[in-house]
Amino acid sequence: MAKIDLTFRIGGEAGQGVESSGAGFAKALARAGLHVFAVPSYYSRIRGGHNHYTLRVSDEPLEAISERVKVLLAINGECVSRHLDAMVPNGVIIVDPSVDLDEDAVAASGARLLRPDLLSIAEAHGGKVMLNTALLAYAAAVTGLDLGHIFGVIRDNFGKRKSIADANIQVAQAAYDLAQSGHAGLVQPPLRTQSAPVRVVIDASHAFAMGALMAGCKFMAGYPMTPATSVLEYYAKHADDWGLVVKHAEDELAAINMCIGAAHAGVRAMTSTSGGGFDLMAEGLSLAGMAEIPVVVYLCQRPGPATGLATRTAQADLLMAIHASHGEYPRIVLAPHTPQEAYACGIRAHNLADRYQCPVIVLSDQYNATSLWSIEADAFDLERVTIERGALIQGQALDGIESYRRYALSDDGISPRAVPGHANGVYLATGNEHGEDGHLNEEPDVAVAMLDKRMTKLEMVRSEMRPPLALGPEDAKVTLLSWGSSVGPVHEAMLQVNRGGGSVNMRHWVDLWPFPEEGSQAALDGARRLVAVEGNGTGQFANLLAAQTGIRVDQRILKYDGRGLTPAFILRHLEEA
Amino acid sequence: MVSHRDYSNEVRPTWCPGCGNYGIWNAIKRALAQAGLAPHQVMMVTGIGCGSKMNDYLHINGLHTLHGRTLALASGFRLANHEMPVIAVHGDGDAWGEGGNHFLHAVRRNIGLVDLVENNHIYALTKGQYSPTTHQGIVTKTSPQGALEQPLHPLAVAITQGATFVARGFSLDIAGLSGLIIAALNHRGYALIDVMQVCATFNRRMNYDWYRQRVYKLEDEGHDPSDRMAALAKALEYPGGERIASGILYQDASQPAYEEQLAALGAGSLVSQPYATRPADDYHQLIAEYT
Repeated sequence: MAKIDLTFRIGGEAGQGVESSGAGFAKALARAGLHVFAVPSYYSRIRGGHNHYTLRVSDEPLEAISERVKVLLAINGECVSRHLDAMVPNGVIIVDPSVDLDEDAVAASGARLLRPDLLSIAEAHGGKVMLNTALLAYAAAVTGLDLGHIFGVIRDNFGKRKSIADANIQVAQAAYDLAQSGHAGLVQPPLRTQSAPVRVVIDASHAFAMGALMAGCKFMAGYPMTPATSVLEYYAKHADDWGLVVKHAEDELAAINMCIGAAHAGVRAMTSTSGGGFDLMAEGLSLAGMAEIPVVVYLCQRPGPATGLATRTAQADLLMAIHASHGEYPRIVLAPHTPQEAYACGIRAHNLADRYQCPVIVLSDQYNATSLWSIEADAFDLERVTIERGALIQGQALDGIESYRRYALSDDGISPRAVPGHANGVYLATGNEHGEDGHLNEEPDVAVAMLDKRMTKLEMVRSEMRPPLALGPEDAKVTLLSWGSSVGPVHEAMLQVNRGGGSVNMRHWVDLWPFPEEGSQAALDGARRLVAVEGNGTGQFANLLAAQTGIRVDQRILKYDGRGLTPAFILRHLEEA
Repeated sequence: MVSHRDYSNEVRPTWCPGCGNYGIWNAIKRALAQAGLAPHQVMMVTGIGCGSKMNDYLHINGLHTLHGRTLALASGFRLANHEMPVIAVHGDGDAWGEGGNHFLHAVRRNIGLVDLVENNHIYALTKGQYSPTTHQGIVTKTSPQGALEQPLHPLAVAITQGATFVARGFSLDIAGLSGLIIAALNHRGYALIDVMQVCATFNRRMNYDWYRQRVYKLEDEGHDPSDRMAALAKALEYPGGERIASGILYQDASQPAYEEQLAALGAGSLVSQPYATRPADDYHQLIAEYT
């Protein structure tokens, strides 16, 4: 058992620095050698509303947040009233005395209210906006965290703006000093700095983007859409240093088709979007399928339909990713569950797209895109990356080739793809049905041969799709089924049940399409009671499993309130056999 | 020496007798040969429509795509290989109906494409519905009471939105059109050629005689293509008036193409650059952003 397992929450209005404080605090905790897992919660607005950041810290690896808060840092009164129910009985609430709040309600909750005069400190050294810095430093003192880690993050965040950094450091020092006269060390055990390997604090979207960069994906076109935009921004930020072409396109129709155009020229290309943007890309995706041009789409889900809950999370586009757009063509759908897997997926998706000359959809979601994990930096092996471009022929490789046929029929459905520019590799690629030479052809036997060729590739891919991860005891009364970003909460729920004498194991899918039918059947062989756990309202994975294998689940635990799955939610709904 | 015959293939066009596409087809072959480009040295991206089948009827690097998305695909290709001339060929419905947004942004982006629009003022492959350039009041299968909307002024849109090469050709004037294509290929950025194209089947009113009575050459009238306001006046003459200017309405060769401004392309085309083989420190820097 972990000696330390503590949850912080910092909250206030949009525009009050909640996001930067939360992310910075996560880094400070990781630098102290502690494990951290952090999840932000935003409204779709730039000012007002109520945003908060939840950070769980432990001396053991973490993969989910807790619903119960030990230390609440409230920038405003709403933060206290909203989260009072989440406080553990002996929790601590830190809030400036200038903030109006219902102290009786706080007293009734059993939480301890601390009201240090932090606003005066912020105003004395910098300004009102530095209240969040004062809160973090005070919290560091209360929990025994070395103030130096807070200083380090302040210096990183403000970089060259030294006067702002200095003012924040003065605010932090003064707030920390103030705590020494009473509340320092109130929360036990203290968050002492531990010796640990260097850890990164990263979310799955950034890890995926880093993987794609390592895979030699040099072209990206996209259109901003929450929660997918961070991949486009990562690419734009690294464009000049890493020789990338990054196009913020006029719309998602342009984005996907620019990618296909670039991929046809011979470079690796990708786009990122969320559900509504993906809808617009569906036609382009079918062109990539028909013309057999590789393209990678990072589909970062949020709740729909239409605009839905724009800044929230869902796992409700699984069946769309698998079935989007007209006609029948091969595609690959992968749902990485951790930043390490997302990084690996950034490489694997491009390799699969090139090898099978088809679209690859990487299915993520807002929870996955914004949850910060602390992971040992060595887990990302940046110096050993395998780039597999499949049957791509370029330059001199075309010298000896006569009567090249782009869509030559073959046993595995894969035809050599020439990079345009060589006299022996002149051909037409088209979204119309075509013969082996690429020219338009409407003959029935050609249509059949070409569809068969393309769909043969799907069966080739299926043979390398991985079965679900198997976690927990081999034999159990209940088997939890999950996919994508929910691995942490489901795994932790499993562990909690088993610690209490229960009997639960889990199967978690990352490779979703083409569905690993045999591997899935084998993984569920002998399972007694199947419970699907998903972030959608209908149980899309459970339906997919039934359609692909005939296996029906016994219970569906579904969360579709726009917030990520938590272990506590799963435990509340789990009906044990 | 490149010959226009190098661009011929075995595929026979399915265009109707008298279709303006034959003239455009010949003008393209001649222009590319005269420009000294062999079929593997140029990329033709087309959309969907009668004239978008152009690259099916040519021996050329071709990408035949989706209705309206022609410029997006052509732009992506160009950004990945800006050392290869890219010519987009599509009709008025593809360019300005389904693809209107891409047109607007290609113009202001000044990306290095030749955009040849076969403007027959009708949807022909779907057999006769009105297009964005169909004149007001014209009866078609989807406007049996007469088209209500004003026709688009694509050249005026382009000029006002910062286009750097704006021209109009005529499918019967093969030599003139061929010259415009060569000029467009030599232009640094986005080059629009609006080609007045006869549709002998679904738009018989605007036949060869109709055009002959109206089309005139700007070079015969001393037009100065560097005069933007004069170009705009010419662009606004038609649709609406009875005279149709052909030739280069406007050109500004001083503006850099979009791709010229990208740091990544300083070392040559993206496709010609090797994969990241960087010092280990660079990789460690990527990770260090998160520690």
